[in-house]
Amino acid sequence: MAGKKQKVKGTARARSENIWGWLFVLPTMIGLIVLNIYPIINTIKQSFFKTGDFGRGDIFVGVDNYVKVLSNSETWDALLATFKYAIIEVPFSIAISLVLAVLLNRKMRGRSAYRTIFFLPMVCAPAAVAMVWRWLFNSEFGLLNHILGAKIQWVSNPKIAIYAIAVIGVWSIIGYNMVLFISGLQEVPHDYYEAASIDGATGVRQFFSITIPLISPTIFFVCVTRIIGALQVFDLIFMVMDTGNPALQKTQSLVYLFYQSSFVERNMGYGSTIVVFLLVIIMIITVFQMIAQKKWVYYS
Amino acid sequence: MTAREKTMRVVIQIFLILASITMLVPFIWMILTAFKTVTESTQINPFVIFPTQWITENFTEVIDNMNFILLYKNTLLMIFFRVVCAVLTATLAGYALGRLNFKGRGLCFSLVLFQMMVPAQIFIIPQYLMISSINMTNTIFALVFPGLVTAFGTFLLRQAYMGLPRDLEEAARLDGCNIGQTFLFIMAPLTRSAMVALGIFTAVFAFKDLMWPMIINTDKNMLVLSSALAKMQGQYTANYPQLMAASLISCLPMIVIYLIFQKQFIEGIATSGGKL
Repeated sequence: MAGKKQKVKGTARARSENIWGWLFVLPTMIGLIVLNIYPIINTIKQSFFKTGDFGRGDIFVGVDNYVKVLSNSETWDALLATFKYAIIEVPFSIAISLVLAVLLNRKMRGRSAYRTIFFLPMVCAPAAVAMVWRWLFNSEFGLLNHILGAKIQWVSNPKIAIYAIAVIGVWSIIGYNMVLFISGLQEVPHDYYEAASIDGATGVRQFFSITIPLISPTIFFVCVTRIIGALQVFDLIFMVMDTGNPALQKTQSLVYLFYQSSFVERNMGYGSTIVVFLLVIIMIITVFQMIAQKKWVYYS
Repeated sequence: MTAREKTMRVVIQIFLILASITMLVPFIWMILTAFKTVTESTQINPFVIFPTQWITENFTEVIDNMNFILLYKNTLLMIFFRVVCAVLTATLAGYALGRLNFKGRGLCFSLVLFQMMVPAQIFIIPQYLMISSINMTNTIFALVFPGLVTAFGTFLLRQAYMGLPRDLEEAARLDGCNIGQTFLFIMAPLTRSAMVALGIFTAVFAFKDLMWPMIINTDKNMLVLSSALAKMQGQYTANYPQLMAASLISCLPMIVIYLIFQKQFIEGIATSGGKL
């Protein structure tokens, strides 16, 4: 009798969990389907169409857009620029912020002031940040050239413009990575360092033999998310590069190209194709990193 | 402390001070330039570091030209609604995914994870077409639209709920609470720090967003701070003191809020960023 009642109660509970569960999850699911799932399908669909006005009157063109995207040198220039950006931004921002995190991960004077300063660029709009840096980089009147006593065309020389922009990226993201590393470092037991000190290991040695392996999961996480973020660079390039800038062709990123073809030239089919191309690139790189992590990430 | 350790500490302090100054140079230069005349800012022989006379005309002029009150208002409304929607929907969905057994939970959760792995630009064209097909461009709703729900926030809140002990729900159930009451009175209040983290994260990223506001709201009365700066740059390319004044006015409110609540900001970003 008691057992039966329990069972009835159990199913009543299960039913109520079912109802409440769906009730709670429904707004998010509807939102995700409308805002994300449908758009992915639609973007992929559009990449096979030539765009009519405002998405109406589209003509099916098969893989034409893909052929055009892949045979256009502009795409490969953009891919190269995107990679160049990522190759500077990711390793430099990670190395610098890791060093800062290690230095700040102890009781010391001014610790929170330093943390506040390094994190500051994170709360500024990239649109404003890019304008300030553009002024610093100004070849005639900029502070940087004045300090260096040079006349370097930081953002209009096609050979260096993307690296100059990557410097802005590094400056903007250091604080964010640093904060993530500090919270990773706080999990490392203090005894390890004490034991290492007794054994006579120097600070540098401790950094490479204890700190790096023990926070390698955090480093891996920051690496994956930063690479994905860097491959989507847009704001800084858009704000720094005028449309008339001679270095634009060699500096525009894939997302910049996507913006330009979708919303300036209004060729949304072509724009969709570029963004699908970007999705594939990001997926390949992420899978590659997942495989590579087995070689260097240490999970305790 | 040995002498060696002492010198080491001094070296570290000097290094950190130099690093801090380097980080602050762009801000300092923005402020100094914003108070100079155009002539002074483009003078190279001799190069002027501090304005000889601190003028405020750059500020009054950009405030007149750009209608900053309106820009602040639009930006604030966008941030406010995005934060409210994100926290509300993510709290509900996070609880369901973290704590309730219901049919289809696995599928719902895969949907959340899937959204987080895809680059956001892939959603933009269809989102834009949806908004323009219902004639809602140039509205606050259009600005909020992509942020009505958040996969990332749902994931964050789910993790927060999963960290809470089981006994709490049992106790509430024995006291006669149904699931809705348990959620509202017992569980949701315990995830307040995750909600604050998500709120800050959402606010900062809404403030920094450029591409969406730029394409969806082109009317000059419906711009937000970042899209207005982008537009302004196209118009006054050479007037750097005014551009710096506008940048400063745009960034200042967020910087002030950050300096007041820096602990919550940094912890909020660290917990949400780290859980991703």
